[in-house]
Amino acid sequence: MTHDHDHHHDHGSELSEMQLRTRALETILLEKGYIEPAAIDVLIETYEKKIGPRNGAQVVAKAWVDPQFRQWLFEDGTAAIGSLGFGGRSGNHLVALENTPSVHNMVVCTLCSCYPWAVLGLPPLWYKSAPYRSRTVADPRSVLADFGVSLPKDTEIRVWDSTAELRYLVVPLRPAGAEGWSEEKLAELVTRDSMIGTGLPRNP
Amino acid sequence: MNGAQDMGGVHGFGPVEPEPNEPVFHAGWEKRAFALTLAMAMPGQWNIDMSRFARENRDPGEYLSMSYYQIWFAALETMLKERDLVSDDETVAGHALREPKPVARILSPGAVAQVLYRGGPTERETNTTPAFKPGDHVRAKNINPRTHTRLPRYVRGHAGTIERVIGFHVFPDSNAQGAGENPQWLYTVCFDGRELWGADGDPTLTVSVDAWEPYLVPA
Amino acid sequence: MNGAADMGGMHGFGPVVPEPNEPVFHAEWEGHSFALNMVTGVAKLWNLDAFRFKRESIPPPEYLSLSYYGLWTRTLELMMLEYGVATPEEVAVGHAIAPFKKAPHAVSAAECANMVRCGSPYNRSAPAPALFKVGDKVRARNMHPQHHTRLPRYARGHAGEVVRIVGCHVFPDSNASNLGEDPHWLYTVRFDGRELWGADSDPTVRVCIEAWEPYLEPL
Repeated sequence: MTHDHDHHHDHGSELSEMQLRTRALETILLEKGYIEPAAIDVLIETYEKKIGPRNGAQVVAKAWVDPQFRQWLFEDGTAAIGSLGFGGRSGNHLVALENTPSVHNMVVCTLCSCYPWAVLGLPPLWYKSAPYRSRTVADPRSVLADFGVSLPKDTEIRVWDSTAELRYLVVPLRPAGAEGWSEEKLAELVTRDSMIGTGLPRNP
Repeated sequence: MNGAQDMGGVHGFGPVEPEPNEPVFHAGWEKRAFALTLAMAMPGQWNIDMSRFARENRDPGEYLSMSYYQIWFAALETMLKERDLVSDDETVAGHALREPKPVARILSPGAVAQVLYRGGPTERETNTTPAFKPGDHVRAKNINPRTHTRLPRYVRGHAGTIERVIGFHVFPDSNAQGAGENPQWLYTVCFDGRELWGADGDPTLTVSVDAWEPYLVPA
Repeated sequence: MNGAADMGGMHGFGPVVPEPNEPVFHAEWEGHSFALNMVTGVAKLWNLDAFRFKRESIPPPEYLSLSYYGLWTRTLELMMLEYGVATPEEVAVGHAIAPFKKAPHAVSAAECANMVRCGSPYNRSAPAPALFKVGDKVRARNMHPQHHTRLPRYARGHAGEVVRIVGCHVFPDSNASNLGEDPHWLYTVRFDGRELWGADSDPTVRVCIEAWEPYLEPL
């Protein structure tokens, strides 16, 4: 089979072309007075530096130690997550998905790239890639294999093909061996991929 | 496979643009790619279903970025390599670098006319009887094999009517994998446009596809 | 529309390739492409569904040849042209060409920060009670509109179960064509993997989608 994945990842000559085309549009919008230059900077900085998977890890760690919060999280994800100060853009309607010993959740957006920005930041390249978008709904175990993850063959795999309205956050199973850990320390075990469903939390 | 070649019902490709006085080939290399593919089928011992799979079995982005004969050529390269007839370094060098692998037969110039005349008949003898007859209601199965199939995605799960019993033919799904000809009864099945495309589909449209018996269940 | 964006169930794209320590943006222009699309949203030059529709309307070969943010920049270009924000000449030279109409308002950094904080909720008050309740068996309609829809092809025609009533939300199919918000009830519907992909598929798979009421019929 001939695979030429490089064109999805390697920006190659497109880089300079897209650089020019993006700059052209920005220049026109600035010159015509649609935007103030600082607006662009604040958006880039927000998603490059401020909002990222550490937000989601806090949510998961709290759900691991606080049964009341956990219950609230699965009943009303938006409110529970909002209580930690996360929400807003791409997080107006958040749903937390509970992994159990018999059910493993995975999130995908087959049509574009819907993702819970408010708790995970912007999605990684692979989440937005054709291989992930095409295969996850039909053959999630093969996708998990690409991440080196293998689940028991009778585990139910629940795939959530996310559309823009609801944004999903997977709450992975708490790993054994971290009993008595603080929320902050537990949050370090929560990987981004474990909150998408393509990975598992780190072992203590 | 559900690859880029399975285009039925896909939107966004734009208008069909007929080309006035279109030549048979648009460049010299297209002629060579075409003829090489046909000529190498004999020494390469691949069948037409393998050729078709070699064409469709690629990244959809790559597939759609290639012209028709580019896809033919790429499939030829793949098949030559798979059968150890041409290696990567030879492709790069553009020359033979090692002894040729012995092959059973090659296509001689004198045999071309006869080979083309004979074609590639796919009908086989049988003493079985077809499960369906014209007028029977059938449903195309919902199958999504990663391997070659001739059942397009847009008819899967849909109900149609047997229009014709074509005969007993080589089953491409099997033949493409080198798993034998495994011949099966082949039918023309007629689908109502609205069955395929929904209530808003053109009520005057019917679409007929050729479907092998393993694709169908009684409806 | 059945465009290149509708990838669920397609084969041939190869493995998923995670990138260790992936940066948020892989080049400076990607951050700008991202921010420009956010900011034009805040400026309400067009609605997000119309933007998504434009993006998926890019012909499949071009869609699949572009990188993720390359696609965003290309879509922004097309939207600016369609909505009269820039002329083709301006896009070509990369500058506004006088005389041009000055925008009535320039989006500020504070407005962007506010958008990040508050988002843009799409739920609306319901014009009618919800037709379905949790546990209801439904079938996704077989529809193939040329316009924007959020019902993926792989779910169409298949039977599932309502597992959540999300609320009453702006209907993207209408909003994307600038035909109004036309809010409808939105449900999460769960399908069995074998219902979607056939008897040979993984029996442990369930797939949930969000479906607006017009996508569904009672079963």
